Amino acid sequence: MTVLLSTILTLSVLGILAAVILYFVAQKFKVEEDPRIDEVEKMLPGANCGGCGFAGCRAMAEALVLRDDISALFCPVGGAECMKSTAAYLGKVAPEKEPTVATVRCGGVCGKRPRTNEYNATKSCVIASSFYVGETACAYGCLGYGDCVDACKFDAIKVNPETGIAEVDPDKCTACGACVKACPKGIIELRKKWPKNRAVYVSCVSKDKGAVTMKACKAGCIGCGKCAKVCAFGAITVENGVAYIDSQKCKLCRKCVNECPTGAIVLKGMDPLPKEPKAPAAKPTAEKPAAEKPVAEPKAENKSVNEQK
Amino acid sequence: MKTFPIGGVHPSDNKKWSCTKAIETLALPDVVNIPLGQHIGAPATAKVAKGDKVLTGQLIAEATGFMSANIHSPISGTVTAVDLQPNGQGLRQMMITIKREGDEWMPEIDRSKELKRECALDSAAIISKIKDAGIVGMGGATFPTHVKLSIPNGCKAEFLIINGVECEPYLTSDHRTMLERGEELLVGVEILKKALNVEKAIIGVENNKPDAIANLNNIITKGKFAVEVEPLKVQYPQGGEKQLIAAITGREVPPPPGLPIHVGAVVCNASTALAVYEAVQKNKPLIERVVTITGKAVKEPRNLLTRMGTPISALIELAGGLPEGDVKVVNGGPMMGRAMVNIDSPVTKGCSGITVFSGGDAHRVPTSECIKCAKCVEACPMGLEPYLLQRLASKQMWAEMEVERIPDCIECGCCQYTCPAGIALLDYVRLGKQTVMGIIRARAAAAAAAKK
Amino acid sequence: MANKFIVAPAPHMHNPHSTQSLMRDVIVALMPALLVSIAVYGLSVLYVTAVAVASCVLVEFLVQKYLLGGAPTLGNLSAVVTGLLLAFNLPANIPWWIIVIGAVVAIGVAKMTFGGLGHNPFNPALVGRVFLLIAYPVQMTSFPEIKPLVGGVADAFSGATPLAAIKSGAMSVADADLMNMFGGFAAGSMGELSAAALLLGGLYMIWRRVITWHIPVSVLGSMAAFAFVVALAQGGGAELYALPAFHLLAGGAMLGAIFMATDYVTSPMTPKGMVIYGIGIGVITMVIRLWGAYPEGMSFAILLMNAVTPLINKYVKPRRFGLTTTKK
Repeated sequence: MTVLLSTILTLSVLGILAAVILYFVAQKFKVEEDPRIDEVEKMLPGANCGGCGFAGCRAMAEALVLRDDISALFCPVGGAECMKSTAAYLGKVAPEKEPTVATVRCGGVCGKRPRTNEYNATKSCVIASSFYVGETACAYGCLGYGDCVDACKFDAIKVNPETGIAEVDPDKCTACGACVKACPKGIIELRKKWPKNRAVYVSCVSKDKGAVTMKACKAGCIGCGKCAKVCAFGAITVENGVAYIDSQKCKLCRKCVNECPTGAIVLKGMDPLPKEPKAPAAKPTAEKPAAEKPVAEPKAENKSVNEQK
Repeated sequence: MKTFPIGGVHPSDNKKWSCTKAIETLALPDVVNIPLGQHIGAPATAKVAKGDKVLTGQLIAEATGFMSANIHSPISGTVTAVDLQPNGQGLRQMMITIKREGDEWMPEIDRSKELKRECALDSAAIISKIKDAGIVGMGGATFPTHVKLSIPNGCKAEFLIINGVECEPYLTSDHRTMLERGEELLVGVEILKKALNVEKAIIGVENNKPDAIANLNNIITKGKFAVEVEPLKVQYPQGGEKQLIAAITGREVPPPPGLPIHVGAVVCNASTALAVYEAVQKNKPLIERVVTITGKAVKEPRNLLTRMGTPISALIELAGGLPEGDVKVVNGGPMMGRAMVNIDSPVTKGCSGITVFSGGDAHRVPTSECIKCAKCVEACPMGLEPYLLQRLASKQMWAEMEVERIPDCIECGCCQYTCPAGIALLDYVRLGKQTVMGIIRARAAAAAAAKK
Repeated sequence: MANKFIVAPAPHMHNPHSTQSLMRDVIVALMPALLVSIAVYGLSVLYVTAVAVASCVLVEFLVQKYLLGGAPTLGNLSAVVTGLLLAFNLPANIPWWIIVIGAVVAIGVAKMTFGGLGHNPFNPALVGRVFLLIAYPVQMTSFPEIKPLVGGVADAFSGATPLAAIKSGAMSVADADLMNMFGGFAAGSMGELSAAALLLGGLYMIWRRVITWHIPVSVLGSMAAFAFVVALAQGGGAELYALPAFHLLAGGAMLGAIFMATDYVTSPMTPKGMVIYGIGIGVITMVIRLWGAYPEGMSFAILLMNAVTPLINKYVKPRRFGLTTTKK
């Protein structure tokens, strides 16, 4: 009996003692916080993806509450709607931003970009690219080891085993930008998101000279500049041997798509323009044999890139 | 017998394939590609343009600043291009292409074989001659030698250590050089001593080269050279600069930014000493070097005196070509060399050998889970914990990696070599080191900017 | 040229060691002790060992296949080693179903729950043994009589281990036949019999570079030192040497120090850490043996120190190159 009693007593005393200590410690280290931070945090998507530039949604919520001017803050996952509602709650002006989507700018699928060697080390793009050119002769193309896949918290990017290239699911993509940061080759870009996932972009970032690019990959941009000439909106620039379409200026007229000799300009979510017999830029400067290809062929290639499984 | 204090591994040295093969001179290549960046530091600036005629030994690219090195034409002929060309890793690099026409040397170069021992120059003149000749560390690190010899203020060199360790398995170019050109090499050591104003010069040679040790000792006694030869216990990575200093002097170079000179030591490679002799006594710039072409599957392993810029495929051809099937061609030795995708890339100043692996040897061993056997910790010559660093790097925990002293890593490969689970420790550790060094540099730059 | 270029960053050579070869060496190192056990207890030893190994392998296979997924891991032989070590911790006359339960706990609970080899915080074989010891104390602590097949004569303990005999006061340390304990003719679990055979296995593992000396030496050394101090406090005399020797030879000291404590996964990574860990095991073992309720404390001591291993790994760092102050 005494054993039982003493046990109960000891344990009770210990428990009370611990409770008292815990109470005082909790008092001492209590952090005063704006209760609105909790509320704002609840309004944010809670993906903790870091797309806003903060360590997580909590940090973003703090910034939203504490800063007077929140025009520089934006949650790419929640988008304009989420920002509007949080701003309304806080009585601040919501930042405006167009929706964007991650776009992988490499068209060097297996068939067009021959493998010249076998990479036999850790399957990581950043490790492979810090060491050598990659399994193909193109030093700019997608390596396909999926650093972007690891970085994506939304299951929106996958490496297609058939093409060896990362592909974005635009419906899942939240444009948090994690893949853009993860890609050591700088292939992924956040581009303006059109309705119905329409897109026109140059699917190549190779800065090599045209001849070198052609040797390494049949789908590469050779920097011929035909697309820039045909563009009526000044959206296309050719720099360092590679064309770039400014998604803010592009109107999806699709003329450049038909013009591209290598099919490096990719069209998505839309049908290509009907074959135009006389385009203004149809004066081939007799540069490369690829430029002589009939207009219909690049179109077919485009489609095949788009629909490649 | 001396060796370094922590870690180390004992890979089978595989030197038997080529260590008995005397140095042969490779036929002159018809075309050479000379990369402008074949040393640590800024790439050199091209001094020639397409169409220029050059002579053997003529300066074709000048050092860009102090931390850089001159580059000379290894053959005589016409410059056909100064353009981007793929290097051994397939990455495009600025190179000067020269088409050979005969072999006409610059007139001031003394091509006689006769040994010239006396050197009347003073320290500054020697260093300037070495700088002019474009000499860099020929063990593979390619650190410009004139930078090494220019002792920073407040430091004093006490020892000159000549690295004749050649701890990389397979490679025998330093071994053969010590054996066949020992006398010239020792004169080079004496010149280096003079350049540094040091009393003591020690050549460290691993004990698996008894003939080289005997040869050097023999020449030292006969020629009354004030140089010592220190036989060392065979253990990789003894040829690492810090390990070698620790093995010979017992002093440990402090972690980065600590330098060998902080413990009073300057280390030069054995082949570099020979190049110094040729540069100072014979006015001959660094335009050729001994390259070992070896491997178990190589039909005729050789040690070849090769002009810089020669395509590596020429060496492979002379050695009997590549074996069929899967091959891994490594520029350098098996522990630290770089695997190549482009065997037409040129021999450079730091290329001490070409090692060819075939079949199963070309592939890595299969990987399994870490069993925490602690063998990597035991093997690390820098006293790091590779298993931990690998885990941190794979989780991108860079700040923690810095705390765990990742900048100390010398990328010797002992951890990955020894891992029974076949884990690619060094892949991640190297990635972590690169990233953390980048962060440290950015921080230093920011701090410097803040000061202004 | 029909060449395929294989590319990878350095190093391009690899040690011939693999997880499998290390485990194979451990198995070889366990063989002398197994042979002694067969010699002493007869063929039932083989039966118990076979059941233990087979059930460990089977449990790992089933968990891997149906619960964990992923590549099969039986090839690394770690389940075989766990099975052998579990068997070594059992009496030779234990019923088969207890062995199977032990295997399920060892592999299923202590190892695969955490993700398999490399992830388990506690030594699986020991978790299995301790579970059985608590669940089936009678079966686990009654040992068959020793049948001296080769020479030996000692049947003095008739089923009680020397440690249990000391604990119950049936015997004093001075009475213990140290030579018998060294050779393997004192009652005990199958693998604990012969200190000589276990030492032989340990030397083999050190020679093959499977383990380093740090853990066994620090465990045994600290046990001996602890016993020596206790004997000194008790008045010294003949016990000064008999007590340390007795404790080194008795019970699971050798098996624990050489095979259990050195388990890669659950022991620290640095030499310094290993020594701290070893001393911890030695001291806890002696405290349990001398003042605890159980006659033997090796298993508990190792499991307790397993729990401390992550902490040791966090705070005990290897000697870093260049951080020692060198004279200029």
